[in-house]
Order: sequence, then C-alpha cells, then structure tokens
Amino acid sequence: MKILFSFFTVVFLVLLVFAGATTGNKYVLFLFGVIIPYAAFATFLLGFIYRVVQWGRSPVPFRIPTTCGQQQSFPWIKQNKIENPSTTMGVIVRMALEVFLFRSLFRNLKTELRDGPKLSYGSDKWLWLAGLAFHWSFLIILIRHYRFFIGEVPSVIHLIESLDSFLQVGVPLVYITDAVILAAVTFLFLRRVYIPQVNYISLAADYFPLFLILGIAISGVLMRYFIKVHIVGVKELAMGLISLNFMAPAKNLQEIGVIFYIHLFLISVLFAYFPFSKLMHMGGVFLSPTRNLSNNSRMVRHINPWNYPVHVHTYEEYEEDFRDKMKAAGLPVEKE
Amino acid sequence: MATKLPKPDELAKIDFTPPETGWMDTPVEIKPGMFCWGAKAKNLRAVEFPNARDWSPAEEDWKLPGEWEGTVLEAMADRLSKYRSFKLFMDICVRCGACADKCHFFIGSGDPKNMPVLRAELMRSVYRKYFTTPGKVLGKLAGARELTYDVLKEWWYYFYQCTECRRCSVFCPYGIDTAEITMMGREFTNLLGLNTDWIAGPVANCYMKGNHLGLEPHTIKSSIEFFLDDIETVTGIKIEPTFNRKGAEILFVTPSGDLFADPGTYTAMGYLMLFHELGLDYTWSTYASEGGNFGYFTSNEMAKRLNSKIYAEAKRLGVKWIIGGECGHMWRVLNQYMDTWNGPADFLEVPKSPITGTVFENAKSTKMVHITEFTADLIKNGKLKLDPSRNDHLKVTYHDSCNTARGMGLLEEPRYVIKSVCNNFYEMPENTIREQTFCCGSGTGLNASENMDLRMKGGFPRANAVKYVRDKHGVNMLANICAIDRATLKASMEYWVPDVTVCGTHELVANALVMKGEKERTQDLRLETLPGKEGN
Ligand code: SF4
Ligand code: SF4
Repeated sequence: MKILFSFFTVVFLVLLVFAGATTGNKYVLFLFGVIIPYAAFATFLLGFIYRVVQWGRSPVPFRIPTTCGQQQSFPWIKQNKIENPSTTMGVIVRMALEVFLFRSLFRNLKTELRDGPKLSYGSDKWLWLAGLAFHWSFLIILIRHYRFFIGEVPSVIHLIESLDSFLQVGVPLVYITDAVILAAVTFLFLRRVYIPQVNYISLAADYFPLFLILGIAISGVLMRYFIKVHIVGVKELAMGLISLNFMAPAKNLQEIGVIFYIHLFLISVLFAYFPFSKLMHMGGVFLSPTRNLSNNSRMVRHINPWNYPVHVHTYEEYEEDFRDKMKAAGLPVEKE
Repeated sequence: MATKLPKPDELAKIDFTPPETGWMDTPVEIKPGMFCWGAKAKNLRAVEFPNARDWSPAEEDWKLPGEWEGTVLEAMADRLSKYRSFKLFMDICVRCGACADKCHFFIGSGDPKNMPVLRAELMRSVYRKYFTTPGKVLGKLAGARELTYDVLKEWWYYFYQCTECRRCSVFCPYGIDTAEITMMGREFTNLLGLNTDWIAGPVANCYMKGNHLGLEPHTIKSSIEFFLDDIETVTGIKIEPTFNRKGAEILFVTPSGDLFADPGTYTAMGYLMLFHELGLDYTWSTYASEGGNFGYFTSNEMAKRLNSKIYAEAKRLGVKWIIGGECGHMWRVLNQYMDTWNGPADFLEVPKSPITGTVFENAKSTKMVHITEFTADLIKNGKLKLDPSRNDHLKVTYHDSCNTARGMGLLEEPRYVIKSVCNNFYEMPENTIREQTFCCGSGTGLNASENMDLRMKGGFPRANAVKYVRDKHGVNMLANICAIDRATLKASMEYWVPDVTVCGTHELVANALVMKGEKERTQDLRLETLPGKEGN
C-alpha cells in the first residue's frame, strides 16, 4: 500500500510533466523548464536553512556524547581520541568519519538466534556499502552536472569525468556512478521490501524518495545513452537559470526533448520535497549531540542555558527529621 | 507473577516475525510479567509530583486527569524547544533499521515495538501529527497519528521497556539515541502520575531519607557496622569508618544498594577495607547516602533535585573532593549532568590522590573521581600489596555497565584493576562488551519482581554471552561495577546460567588485598573457605 502509493505518485509526476512537455506549448515548457526549477530550488534553500535554524534554536542542555571508546584518564591508559574525543580536534575527526565514511553504520551487525540458544553477531556491511555507494555516486553525479552550468568546463570536472569512466574507450563513455547509483538504490529498495523488520517500520515517506531518485537516475541514463536531447538547448537553459537570466533559455525550449523535462521535473520535486522530509538528515547529522560533542564534562562545566533552581530537601530539613535518631546513634549533628 | 515465568528454553523460543497488521493498527496489549506496578499516590506526593493517585496498569481505567492530552502536548512543545537532541531525533531518522536488532529487549522478545526505531516512532508519529505540516495534512500517510488513550498506554508500556542503555545510539548513522526519547516519554507520563512504584518509591525515599532504600541515618551506620564484624572475622582487623564528619579530605558516595543486599554488601566491605588500608581521610554521609539516581528515570528536574545533595553535603562537610563508588547510571549522571545541574563545585579542590600524588585532571571541574580510577592509580603506582592467587578459584569475566561504557568510556580502568587482582580473566565476545555491551536487562528502574518476564528477556543477550565464556573457559564469576547489576545479573544468571556468580570489582580487590596486620586469610568476604585452606 505504502509502496504502491509512493510508486504511483512518482508515475503521476512523470505523466504530468510528460503531458505538459509534449504539448510543446512554450508557456508550459517555460513553467517546467524555468519557473518550477526556480521555485523548487528556492524552497530547498529557504526550507533547508529554516529547518537548520529551527534545530539550532533548541539548545543543547547537557553534554551527552555516546562514548564509543576509552575515555581520557591517565597518561598510561590509551584514550580513544576519536570515538571518545575530549577535544574539538577529536570531535572534528569523529564527525568527518561519520559524514564521509558512515563510521557508525560500518559497525553494523546482524544478530541471529541459533539453537542452544546461542546468539551470534555477524558483521553485516551491506547497508553500509550500499549507503556509501549511493551517497557518493549521487554527489559525484551532482558535481559532474556542474559542466552544464558553466561556459568553460573546469579541469576538475574533466578529471572527475575521466575517473568516473575509467578504463573505457568508445562513445558515449559509461559513467561508473550511473551504474552504481542504480544498483544501490535498487538494493536499498529491495531490503526495505524483503527484510521483514525494515519493511515493518517503513513509511510511504521512505519509499517515495527512493522511487523519485530512481526516476531521476533512469531518466538521466536514458537521456545520456539512449534518447538524445538537444544538448545545446539544455546547456543554454542551465546557464540561463544559473545566471538568473530568465529569458535567455526560452529560445530553444521546444527543441530540448521531453525526457529532459521529466528529468528536470523530478529533480525539482526532490529539491522541493527535501526540507519537509527525512532527507534533512543531511543537515541534521552535523547537529547530533551524541556525536558532535566532546566527552569533557568532568573537566569543563557544560552550561545549560535554561538551568533553573529546583526544590530540594536540605540537610537542615533532614536533620530536623532524624536528629534524635542521629544523636542516639552517635552521629554528629549541627544543632544539639 | 514470578511464578508464571516460563522455563529458560521456553523463553528462548523467540518469534521475530512481525504481526500481519501494521504497527499503528496493532493495539498495545499490556501483558503481565512485562510491566511494573503503578506508582502509589503517597510516593508521588512526597516529591510534589502532579496527579498522584493509586492506579493499576492492568486495569482498563488508568484514572487519567481531564485534559491530559493538552498536558502532554504542551510538555512536548516545551521539551522540543529545550532539547536539541529531542527535536533533531524526532526529525532525522531515515528508518534504515540499523538499530533494530541492537536492542536487548527486541532480541529477547521479538516484539517489533521494542526495536529502537519503532519505540521512537511511537512518539514520532504523535510529534508529526501535532508539530509538522506533512503530518497535519497527510495524517497516517505521513506516519502521523493522534494522541489517544491507547497511544498513551502504548507509550507507557514501551517507554518502561527501554533501559536507556544507548546501545542503539552506537549503531545509528546519526547517533539517534532512543534513550533521549524514552526520557521524554517518561517525563510526559510522570506529568500524568503514570510512574511505576518501583521507581517512585526509591525516588521518594531518596528525597526524604537520602537514599533509595530509605535507610535512616542510624540504620546506615548499623548496616556498615555489621560489615565491620564480618571484615574482622575474615582479616582480624577492626575498622572504624566515620560518618558525616566535617573536615575529612574526601567524601565517599556510593549506591545504597551496596549496603543492603548480597553481593553488593561484599563490594561495600571491599571499599571499607581498601580505604582503611590506605589510611584515607574520608567520610561516609548519611544525608548524601545515595550515588544512584532514580530521579533520572522520572524527569530531568527530579534527577537534579536528588543529585543536589552530593555537592551540598560536600560543601557542608568541607571536604576537598569526592570519590564515587561502583554504579552505572550514577556515573552517567555524574559525568554528563551533575556539574551542569548543580555546579560549579568551586568550593572543592581538583582531586589529588593523597597516596600517589596523582592529580585527576579528567575530573578537575566536577571534582568527583570514580573508585576504579582511584584504585587503578594506586595499583599502577605499586601502593597496594596484592595477592591475586587468593582469587585463583575464580574465572572472571567483566560486564561493562551501559552507562559507564557509552556515557563515559570507563573501559580500561576496571579491567586493569580486575586483572591486577585476579589471575584468570576472560573477555566475553567482542560485540557484547565495551561500547557494544549489553544491558543487564533491568536498568532504569525496571529491576522489580513483578516484571520478571521482561527482565529475563532483556537479560538474555548478556546472559548468553556469559554462557559462551562459561562453556569455553569455565568462567564462574561475573564482575561488574554497578549496584543494579549486582542485583539484576544475579537474578539473570540464576535463570540463564546458574553456575555463574556475580560480584563487584572491589570485592575482588579486597579479597586480594594484603592488609597490614591481618591474620592469615582462610575465608573470602563471603565467609566461604578459600580453596587450599580447608584444614585451617
Ligand atoms: S539506526 Fe538511526 S536512522 Fe536508522 S532506523 Fe535506527 S534511529 Fe533511525
Ligand atoms: S536505549 Fe537501549 S533499551 Fe532503549 S531502545 Fe535503545 S537499545 Fe533498546
């Protein structure tokens, strides 16, 4: 149900833009080619900032890192400076490992109950591998697309492109990342369907972005390898968009080709959807208090901005309650 | 309830297949053996908690106050604005499921709502409904649902089936700590008077009498005197500790559980013997006679109220610094909360061992040192005369408490101490110790007797790892540094791995400690004859 709903939502989006783009009407094309992308990007940018600011407005009252290694104690006990950092430098390294290499996911285990009863914890790196493959290929593809937005393609982009099509001859070069992202997203989808527990926790909001990204990748692949589009028109449009020159791209809109509009529209939807969704984990991971704080709260006092005085049971009240018993037991008292 | 507890091989038949119906459409079933009795009115009144009344989770009617939904939602809005962790963790979970099979309660019960991610979704779904646009507009489709009586019951049931152990948080790619969500869940239920009596009772005791067990000052003294007699029997040495003594250099605070029941009592004897041997200028307090903090299992405010006694007493007595005994959640609180709540402790001095001269730099602000840090330093500097062969009949393994492992990182100090006093030490499998350690199954105030099913299920992964080293190496002693562990692991070992005994680390230390002027030891602290000394 959740799967079908998400799937058909994406199908509907494709049909919508397909219907629009095939009309060839220049106003409709202007809508899909210029207005929607702008609106989507603006939503993404403002929404993303808004969400991060909202998180930032809630303070971090306590220093609660999840310590995953030995604390700092004596010089003769080796501290794990990354998994249990006591300095900012340590935190930076810990966060870098988390953000770039998905350190915590790398720990993943599969717990199994065998006869005996015996529990075993096998290493299970598939989720980590697929997650890493997905995110990195997405990033590289994004960077590759920069070539459309700039007149003179910078050499870094060329370098990335040649690395991405490493060891190949022939035209067009097949980008490794194109294959990887399709495989990774498919894997992430299948595990959601077939692992009973993961299936049980999944919401429509988990399937929708997967289908959307799959749609984007497929349309992109189709466009690059199978259905030719008017590449000059695409580049004009892209450069017009980025230089905020609204009218420039309008000339060749009709020539570009429907598949391009599908690709662009799905990307626009993804961008617009981003700030309202779990995809915000991209920003959130940086703010996670169990990872981005050093474990130094016994060395430096952490301040809670809303710390307030509380009602306590004082020693005087306690002695009041027990003075006679204390005296009888020979315990010292303040007031005789 | 305990009588109905199934046999271990029955309990170990765990069904991991999720129900046919989606989790939102599967109403909570409050099962006997899985929950603790409701908090009694008198215990909530003692600490001025709202909506105090006698109630029973087993009954249909929980006698909720009117307008309870408003109370919860208002509190939720408030906590969202006060805790970035809460707000962020409501928003960024991608439901990847990496945390799912990391929770001991899920592993032991197979109940999908015990997967950390789903436990959190129980709250997230309500958050979405009232605090996010997609949730308001799309409702169930966006994973949102209304806060109903049933949902509240479900919250209560599952937030009191989480021991805030943070194992899930180790594996989550964003560090989402379900314990943070459980804490909020418990704050909300406490606003409605929905606590358990196993937590509310100790909280009331601790507030009024200084410790969870409600030991009054003279009883604390007499309990300890009772230990002194046993120590004299074993060592021939008469120890005279002091209580509430002004001008002592060090205040010693430990969980009251160690004064009350075996095997914690042997750990307490261990402290007494160690400090006596060193000639340490220290004092016990009857007012700050609790290191643990059951308030932490109710609300942030209550935790702070209970914790305040430690600094207040240190100040009143004019000590220079504080040593804290063996306890798990106590040390999470001391490490991550105490200074923030009740500091700065500028009336104390940076802790410096009077025996070795070592300055405890890592505690220079809170001024509170963990007993295994203190002892490890003594041993490293050769200040203790030890005869580890006295522990030769023991094959020891070590259980990391969740809190000292994942909320502090105290991993090597206790190991160093144990290995210095025992010749036979074996680690449990790597995925069950250190930062990946498994909860005893009964933390956060779940160590009652009416919820034995839950406790044994949650204790299964830990016990299973102990069984592994028992079978492989013949391990017969499970050492730890936690008063709750000493009580709960004892029960879980008796159930799952009956031939393994439980002890505190300082019991082992005291058994190995060669004291000045002691008689030849023929018994250990349990008054059991040492092997080879039968003839004496
Ligand atoms: S590991 Fe983290 S992101 Fe994944 S389901 Fe669990 S809480 Fe959510
Ligand atoms: S904190 Fe521990 S008990 Fe709670 S959900 Fe996470 S793993 Fe389970």
